[in-house]
Amino acid sequence: MSKRIDVKDLNVYYGDFLAVEGVNINIDPKSVTAFIGPSGCGKSTFLRTLNRMHEVLPGARVKGEVLLDGEDLYGPGVDPVTVRSQIGMVFQRPNPFPTMSIRDNVLAGVKLNNKRISRSDADDLVEKSLTGANLWKEVKDRLDKPGSGLSGGQQQRLCIARAIAVAPQVILMDEPCSALDPISTLAIEDLIEELKNEYTVVIVTHNMQQAARVSDKTAFFNIAGTGKPGKLIEYSDTAVIFSNPREKATEDYVSGRFG
Amino acid sequence: MPQLTTTTPPAPAPVKRSTLTKNQLPGWAMWAVLAGSLILGAALSSLIGFHIATWALFSALIYVAAGYFVTLSVEGARKAKDRFATNLVYAAFIVALLPLVSVIVTVLAKGIPGLTPHLLYYSMNGMTGTVDNETVANGTPVIGGVYHGIVGTLLITTWATIISVPIGLLTAVYLVEYSKGGTLARAITFFVDVMTGIPSIVAGLFAAAFFGLVFGPGTRTGFVAAVALSVLMIPVVVRSTEEMLKIVPNELREASYALGVRKWRTILKVVVPTAISGIASGVTLAIARVIGETAPLLVTAGFVNSINWNVFGGWMATLPTFIYRQLMNPTSPTNTDPSAQRAWAAALILIIFVMLLNLVARLIARIFAPKSGR
Amino acid sequence: MSNTLTEGGAKGRAGDKVFSNLTLLAGCLILLVLFAVAVFLLVQALPAFTADPAKVTGGEGFWSYIWPILIGTLVAAGIALLIATPIGIGVALFISHFAPRRLAQSLGYVVDLLAAIPSVVYGAWGVAVLAPALVPVYEWLAANAGWIPIFAGPASQTGKTMLTAGIVLSVMILPIITSLSREIFLQTPKLHEEAALAMGATRWEMIRMAVFPFARAGVVSAVMLGLGRALGETMAVALVLSGGILTASLIQSGNQTIAAEIALNFPEAFGLRLAELIAAGLVLFVITLAVNMIARWIISRHKEFSGAN
Repeated sequence: MSKRIDVKDLNVYYGDFLAVEGVNINIDPKSVTAFIGPSGCGKSTFLRTLNRMHEVLPGARVKGEVLLDGEDLYGPGVDPVTVRSQIGMVFQRPNPFPTMSIRDNVLAGVKLNNKRISRSDADDLVEKSLTGANLWKEVKDRLDKPGSGLSGGQQQRLCIARAIAVAPQVILMDEPCSALDPISTLAIEDLIEELKNEYTVVIVTHNMQQAARVSDKTAFFNIAGTGKPGKLIEYSDTAVIFSNPREKATEDYVSGRFG
Repeated sequence: MPQLTTTTPPAPAPVKRSTLTKNQLPGWAMWAVLAGSLILGAALSSLIGFHIATWALFSALIYVAAGYFVTLSVEGARKAKDRFATNLVYAAFIVALLPLVSVIVTVLAKGIPGLTPHLLYYSMNGMTGTVDNETVANGTPVIGGVYHGIVGTLLITTWATIISVPIGLLTAVYLVEYSKGGTLARAITFFVDVMTGIPSIVAGLFAAAFFGLVFGPGTRTGFVAAVALSVLMIPVVVRSTEEMLKIVPNELREASYALGVRKWRTILKVVVPTAISGIASGVTLAIARVIGETAPLLVTAGFVNSINWNVFGGWMATLPTFIYRQLMNPTSPTNTDPSAQRAWAAALILIIFVMLLNLVARLIARIFAPKSGR
Repeated sequence: MSNTLTEGGAKGRAGDKVFSNLTLLAGCLILLVLFAVAVFLLVQALPAFTADPAKVTGGEGFWSYIWPILIGTLVAAGIALLIATPIGIGVALFISHFAPRRLAQSLGYVVDLLAAIPSVVYGAWGVAVLAPALVPVYEWLAANAGWIPIFAGPASQTGKTMLTAGIVLSVMILPIITSLSREIFLQTPKLHEEAALAMGATRWEMIRMAVFPFARAGVVSAVMLGLGRALGETMAVALVLSGGILTASLIQSGNQTIAAEIALNFPEAFGLRLAELIAAGLVLFVITLAVNMIARWIISRHKEFSGAN
């Protein structure tokens, strides 16, 4: 239940503006890959191109290839909706659907697509997904309560449960802990550790300690200046990036000299 | 807005005059000025033949002027100006309240006596001037009612809602979810604004002109009226729905897309349900706005005395046109009291409808708002 | 080329297409309706413009016919505005800055409710309560201020005059001006207000320094929207005004407004008379359109300014 991603010469544009330039990266299945870099370097933008979420913004487009186990996400006839059901995403701020109960939030991917599912299958899926998101014990007695009544950290884990309920191959996380307190952050980080046993996980983070703690490989993005495109500077094993980086800019960034 | 009491804090009379309270009028000063003004006003008023209206008017003028000069002499020009402006604002409020209270009191006082079960369950079918003349001569209760008008109002408003709500909702969805700020979207936004400003009589003329050209001159049915009301209702629905859809956080849309849900399903199952309380209350307010419209109905629905359940054929009475006709062309030109009584009772019913709709709108907004409770 | 990413898309995509086209259709329908309003009114009104002037009501052509009632419309709306603007702003200030907080909220709600009272009810109140009450006032005005043309006697004995109609209209547009102005007043940045108060300004000085400059454009547009409503209001005038030819005096019967003229005559009109009334409606449409567009323009300009701050 996990696939690899290979990106070849990817450019991302907003209208005429080149936001991210020339990214080549190979992401292994069943691993955690962290994207780090200063604000505005294009790491979140790039992450969103991996499941075509950038297309939600008007004028955003890409050039290049993103291969999911060898199949191009941007090939002719590919439906972004199909892409997104295989590559799930968790956002910066927890965003459970306010009109739905906890249970319905987990089943959202199934129900919103109007797929039929028997009551017992649905119960199994809810339990499995919430267990997978380390949330089952906390909410099993109040599945019919609104999801927005949970704490921030619980809400974020509910969003992760919602994402894994549609059985994706890859889970993208866009700064999933930046709106959470340290204890909730720890819970999410533990969860990421477990998720990698089944999924390919890609996480964008501002927190270098977090990248060092949870990821197997780290990619450092940087930007030459305002109005210039973001670039992938260095991509390597996390241990290498943080102890012995090849590039000067990477070393400056991870040692806290800028950014 | 917290009350900004910089002018006259109700300071307890200090034993020692501190620098913070010197040159300040005591709390009772303005009451004294008011009492003086009332007495002086009464005196002036009785000079030209005492009347409560002139008494109030003179007293108010004297109070505002005296308040200014008293404050000026003790507290200085700046405080005096502040006092003057404050009094004017209060005066504006009272002046505004008078007619509005008068409207409500009049409708209640004149409407309640006529509000009988008979009025609600009978139409004006067969009612002639002779009947009213006999009623007055014999002192028997007024007969003839507004049943046909209530039926017409409800039917026409329902049809107007059936036409307006889908068009209004879909247009708002287009503007918020699909348009990319292009020429078409800007044109629609602009013309929706234009539509909000169409005088209701012009909307009626349009519907009459349209159906007149298509189905022959003088085509007047409930449906023509419903079309006229839709022209007035659509922009209100579009506007309120647009506002409600705009405040649905983008994060919810993205969360849905990221689950592999299609855009139209996202809109129907996530965006609209999240905004539904606001949308529903907006629609209810739109209905409340058109249910009392009179002018477009006069030129589109015609007027009859009997019940007509068919919006597609025949003229149709409504509450507003009933009120208008009973006042302008009383059933009996010589004895107008029965007609006036029916008109005011109908006005009361109409206001009750409008107020109920407003109340329902608020309830909907409260009950169906997304719950955040633990 | 088919793979796991390309399968099963067609059916779902059709749903997207159908729904987006449906919304587009609804939007276009609105444009079409408005276009139809203009076209149908023009087509039906055309005979009034082209007809033999002698056959038009009044016998001197359409423009001579519309001129007096156009003036009447403007006068009625002008009176309404003159009365409602200061009072409306005063009430809005009362609710936003003077009344205690709890009272203010319920007052705001009451004002919104009053805006919803049907116009025919205001008209009925005008003819049954206000007009008789004003008769002594008109008599006094005719006796003591009769040398001013607008108060020339003899005063109407029913009170069904232009001034009464204007007052009823002002009562009707008061809630509109009040609720829009109140919104703007409440949006005044707290910091500006507190800065003024911290300098030792009195409440009135604070309002003049902080609230009015911020709210000016919004209040102007509120008044313009009220004007638009007053121009197009039909029933109140139709019920209250005992119409007639154009007269300078506001306390005699006489004068007429376009909207009331249409409402009073349309039910019996046919042929050329119908065309005249529809043409009159067209004129009214154009005027209210202009007023509303100016109001929107002021609002949009204001938005650009306040957005930067």
